[in-house]
Amino acid sequence: MTLLSVENLSKRFSSGGRQVAALHDVSFMLAAGETLGLVGASGSGKSTLARILMRLIPADAGRIRFDGEDWLALTGPELRRRRAKMQMVFQDVLGAFNPRATVASVLDDPLRIHGIVPKNERPKEIATLLDRVGLSASYAERSIREVSGGQRQRIAIARAIATRPLLIVLDEAVSALDVSIRGKILELLVELQEERGIAYLFVSHDLAVLRAVSHRIAVMDAGRLVETGTARQVIDNPQSSAARALIAAVPRFATGTSAGISEGHDS
Amino acid sequence: MSVLCEIRNLSVTYRGQKIPALKGIDLDVIAGERLAIIGESGSGKSTLARAVAGLLPSGSVTSGGMRWSSGHPLQPGRDLGFVFQDPSASLNPVLTIGEQVAEGARRHLGLSWNRAYSRALDMLERVHIPEPDKALKAFPHQLSGGQRQRVAIAAALAAKPGFLIADEATSALDMVVQAEIVSLLDELVREAGMTLLFITHDIALASGFADRVAIFKDGRLVESGPMGAVLATPQEAYTKALIANHRDLSTPPLVREVAS
Repeated sequence: MTLLSVENLSKRFSSGGRQVAALHDVSFMLAAGETLGLVGASGSGKSTLARILMRLIPADAGRIRFDGEDWLALTGPELRRRRAKMQMVFQDVLGAFNPRATVASVLDDPLRIHGIVPKNERPKEIATLLDRVGLSASYAERSIREVSGGQRQRIAIARAIATRPLLIVLDEAVSALDVSIRGKILELLVELQEERGIAYLFVSHDLAVLRAVSHRIAVMDAGRLVETGTARQVIDNPQSSAARALIAAVPRFATGTSAGISEGHDS
Repeated sequence: MSVLCEIRNLSVTYRGQKIPALKGIDLDVIAGERLAIIGESGSGKSTLARAVAGLLPSGSVTSGGMRWSSGHPLQPGRDLGFVFQDPSASLNPVLTIGEQVAEGARRHLGLSWNRAYSRALDMLERVHIPEPDKALKAFPHQLSGGQRQRVAIAAALAAKPGFLIADEATSALDMVVQAEIVSLLDELVREAGMTLLFITHDIALASGFADRVAIFKDGRLVESGPMGAVLATPQEAYTKALIANHRDLSTPPLVREVAS
């Protein structure tokens, strides 16, 4: 079932008197419960696309249908209400939180604003959310600045799932994390998807991360979507020069004998 | 194989901190080698780079130390070039690219401004900046992040140092640009026979071109040795975990494959 369809989306920015096409005629679909990995180099337009989807900036042309509605036509209270269904997790989580906030207040806001549970049940819901992302309830009273980067990213995920969304847009959501923590966050995201049927639009410049979590991959280059396919198709048989460059750029061990490296693809 | 720098029982504590950032490090840097320093955040890898470069902030308490084969510490800028993670922070926004690359050559090679500019032009060509004569007159904000890092490398190498330290020099760049910058560093270091200290969190990235590797965790040296040997037979559990946690395109995905 199609959850999101983006049709002929375009966006131009003017920079120093020049017009730059950040997005040019971009179209794709995303099914409920599916992960689409959106990959591209810096400046390819992937973050512009994520921001238009979140209604943080307007599009110049094109249509977006989300959960059966004309997403770009929604305004005011209508848009606010529907935002519960589309959440976002950023790379720089500290920048995404009020620095004076406690973990509890970060999670309380969406529950209150979207009326997810009655007021007296909110502390219990917060504890449940923390538990679900692998943090103990004792984190609730801590300042958001006191917790580590990995814990903060778990809290950002808890906030995103608090409103029971159909889609979460993840913009370089694991890029700033240490490798050991990154793997655990990716596992958590996949578990949450299997459990709740959430769709992800996972934006990254790192094809290895997208390979881990994506059902399909879309490749962007200079504002255009140049290739879309299943994750395996795009990685095993890339059609565009942009995809080939991204594949070649993924660091891999120079020696083939090291421990912990699987040989070839899974069967 | 001569040792350029012997690091012995080196500990560093930053001002106002109780816990040392580096604890009892013993490590040799061999002349002409590419030594990869690997670690996650808080491992002490950048502190080691700063200590070697003589760039620790004032008030840092160090014990143990470093013995240089030359008998005295290398002079940053002249004997030793340093490339940082964020090229925007290491370049001066109000000076032209030409001034910044020429500055090191003028100061440390004693060149006139005119000759230093022609050295800068040569360096911009060597780091493959397109239209280097135009780039000389450009300001940092007019270049992309990858181009700025190329300029920072040109500036670090303008005075022909024998030793280059690159501290997470590619981490702020996208993957494609990262691969280009790593191959550029590899090429420049090879051509000039420089010693390279390559600091990164990504052991796979370093595996392609480093001769030796030293793995750091929580301020301590966990394990060091030739890159191939450490990858093939890691001795420590942490090293094994670091290798196992690496993901590349051949790692089995976490989601089920969909039918094409």
